[in-house]
Amino acid sequence: MSYLFTTADEQQQMLQRIGVDSVQTLLDQIPADLQLKQPLDLPRALTELELEQHLRELSTRNASASSRACFMGGGAYDHYIPSVVDEITSRGEFYTAYTPYQAEASQGTLQAFFEFQSMIAELSGLDVANASLYDGGSGAAEAVLMAIRCTGRLGRVVVVGSTNPEYVHTLQTYLVNKSTELVVVPTPDGTVNLADLEAVVNDQTACILVQHPNFFGCLEDVASIGKLAHQHGALLVQSFDPLSVGLLKRPGELGADIAVAEGQSLGTPLQFGGPYLGILTCRQQFVRKMPGRLIGQTVDRQGKRCFFLNLQAREQHIRREGATSNICTNQGLMALRATVYLSLLGPLGLKEVAELSCRKAHYAADRLCQVEGCERMFAGPFFKEFVLKFALGADVAIRKAAAAGIDIGPALSRLPAMEGVSEADRDLCLLVAVTESRTKAEIDRLVTALS
Amino acid sequence: MRNRQATQLLSELSHGGRRAAVFPPSDVPEWPIEDLLPPEALSAAPPALPELAEPDVVRHFVNLSTLNMSVDTHFYPLGSCTMKYNPKRHERLSRLPGIVDVHPHQSAQNIQGLLELLYEMQEMLAEISGLPGVSLQPAAGAHGELTALYVAAAYFRAKGEHRTKVIFPASAHGTNPASAAMAGFECVELKETEDGFVDLEQLKLHVDDQTAVFMITNPNTLGLFERDIPEIARIVHAAGGLVYIDGANMNAIMGITRPGDFGGDMMHYNVHKTFTGPHGAGGPGSGPICVRDFLAEYLPGPVIRVRPGDDRRFELVTPTHSIGRVRSFFGNVGILVRGYCYLRTLGAAGVRAAAEHAILNANYLKELLSDVLPSAHGEHCLHEFVASAAGLAKERGINAMDIAKRLLDYGFHPPTVYFPLVVPHAMMFEPTETESKATLDAFSEAIHQIVQEETETLRSAPLTLSVSRPEEVNATRKPVLTWTACTKE
Repeated sequence: MSYLFTTADEQQQMLQRIGVDSVQTLLDQIPADLQLKQPLDLPRALTELELEQHLRELSTRNASASSRACFMGGGAYDHYIPSVVDEITSRGEFYTAYTPYQAEASQGTLQAFFEFQSMIAELSGLDVANASLYDGGSGAAEAVLMAIRCTGRLGRVVVVGSTNPEYVHTLQTYLVNKSTELVVVPTPDGTVNLADLEAVVNDQTACILVQHPNFFGCLEDVASIGKLAHQHGALLVQSFDPLSVGLLKRPGELGADIAVAEGQSLGTPLQFGGPYLGILTCRQQFVRKMPGRLIGQTVDRQGKRCFFLNLQAREQHIRREGATSNICTNQGLMALRATVYLSLLGPLGLKEVAELSCRKAHYAADRLCQVEGCERMFAGPFFKEFVLKFALGADVAIRKAAAAGIDIGPALSRLPAMEGVSEADRDLCLLVAVTESRTKAEIDRLVTALS
Repeated sequence: MRNRQATQLLSELSHGGRRAAVFPPSDVPEWPIEDLLPPEALSAAPPALPELAEPDVVRHFVNLSTLNMSVDTHFYPLGSCTMKYNPKRHERLSRLPGIVDVHPHQSAQNIQGLLELLYEMQEMLAEISGLPGVSLQPAAGAHGELTALYVAAAYFRAKGEHRTKVIFPASAHGTNPASAAMAGFECVELKETEDGFVDLEQLKLHVDDQTAVFMITNPNTLGLFERDIPEIARIVHAAGGLVYIDGANMNAIMGITRPGDFGGDMMHYNVHKTFTGPHGAGGPGSGPICVRDFLAEYLPGPVIRVRPGDDRRFELVTPTHSIGRVRSFFGNVGILVRGYCYLRTLGAAGVRAAAEHAILNANYLKELLSDVLPSAHGEHCLHEFVASAAGLAKERGINAMDIAKRLLDYGFHPPTVYFPLVVPHAMMFEPTETESKATLDAFSEAIHQIVQEETETLRSAPLTLSVSRPEEVNATRKPVLTWTACTKE
């Protein structure tokens, strides 16, 4: 089954018109010795019914947040997704359209992305947002490359050690063939010590990258870090949780020049890590250094408001090796999901999600810390996620919870090593994240499971 | 009839006090937030998002959707983009709870079904490419290119070789040079021969011991197979370099010939094109890469393998000399699941049939248009062809963009225009295999009518869509990128 509908007689007519007697003749331009002599070795073709039976069988062998209570964090979260999000993004007019290069045939997409940019810029407290990058990790790497372009400083990039280790790993990959030195400042207390940061920031530093709330869920002193960066002529890049700004100050208020985020929380399901949504915003002055697509408002020939892909001269299809990034395909449909999600939430909904997540996380931490052998690894304030230290080992905690139908984690030992967390602690520590979707009953059940 | 009220900006539809999503009251103690978080961290007020009722939101986006052309609604022969039908079963199956609600940090033992699916996907991609090492991590084609170039850099570093150059033909997609520059390489562009192929003499002139990678799209952007590919590979390999195959045009050759068999060392797929992702109005895609066995140890991790000694258990491992990650988490799994469903539906015979019918459709359309929009290159094409409107431009002052815009009025999405640059007034058509003869006939008829129309009509097209020809010059000078529009620049 190949979704074809040319019948044999039509095929004959077409071949006749082309002036050849078989499709094989059309393949003659491929040298015969390079053509496969036998069919590919692929599994046999399935009908729709068989495929569905097969996928359902595979699906039942996976633990999912729909059948268990998900307290997992570390960069992806089980926030509630209202039905309207799926309903709208399931429309073929959106999901089977191409990149909106042909503006007249894409006004729906273009306006939705313009609205996305507007709301995301508002969430970050900065002036402009692009129309999406791949995800939080590659987004953070793109933001750092952008900071290097903005400052013209190739010497050094400073990263606060409490940043998501997968983001740091990604950034390492992106910088490996370049002269820029990557300095990661350890955070043994859960947040960075300003003096440690000050010791490594110099006048060759392009930026400081900080995550707030950080990977451990703790709050960094972003405003002071920003001042430090600016004193040295460096930029402040903040990775943030887009739902946290229902309560917390926005990156722009804290002095960030560029903000990046994993936008999965904004209406995109977990789906084992992707597709997610890379968010990047910045101050107006840096707009021409941004990676990725930008939708702009303009007027058409009749003077009517409309939208188009603006500032394309930054992009790979025009500027080639001089482009601000190689990105072409982005995460458009996830940006649409975020746009619908944020339209449904509004300011009050956003605040409720942030407050509920924060309160429930604190209730969970409070109750868990009353369990013998349980404590929070870091004492400082946190938002919706915290590092739990379990004396019997993180794996034991995960197993005990799993037996009660609850998923917690990841264990820090599953992640790339983070400077400042000792080997011994890595084996005992795990993340616990609490969203508005979790109930008091589930939290209490988790407490019982670990007791 | 269009609903103009509903398609105002959300900020204009907003009315203080309205809301859609409401969350349950807190069932845990309502500790004051000020006791939980330090006051200096708290914002005075939440961000100023629009305030809307649920029906407002639905009507807004549904009406916006009707302003789009899409594969579900229109013929979309956009060259180089493979706008084929997106099967509906993929949407249902990729939303099964055991797939869509799986947390990315879930341990391997709890997600054996999903790992089996992704492992089989690795195996199928390896078989179709003829290259055994697979990473599913890259998020899109360009991301795959970048990843493969990091792999190449790591390979040469391990061999103690310092190679600085990446070479590609002038007709390459813009992502090739952009990826090379991003990976820290110097870019070298080759002029093609007059008939649109890689010029072997030029290639020999530029390939040397500084050459890391030669990137080539095969079939190329003219829709032609690079016949000299074995010789090209021999030249690059003799100098110690690697050959990268840009898999953008795999829809032409899957099941017919394999990059690994014609000299490629590395390649990427565009799952959202070839294996009908779908395109999602610009993304998400998925850009897995396949490499030769000696490069597999450098792939980003994790990859999935069968646990040694237990062929029904799958585990996630990081290759020994991995370049590291190129993103967070495993990959664009939702798109890979759709690609998996596609390949399992087609099977080996179906994969080949899809490519053959894509080629048949392209050649048929090329023939139908040849009297008004001739193609200078090749007697026959593969899955796409590049015609030229140069004759019409010279004789009647009609340019490719005018024809493209007028096609919109006839209910067709236009082809890609002005790419590749090697063809003057280029119009690049890729009809794909999922279109009928009747559609191709109707499309050809529309083009034949259009070229007979008054020049003035074409210049003012489109006449029937919601908007016509956005003003770009001033808008570029003073970009308005949000509804609070800072035009301070």
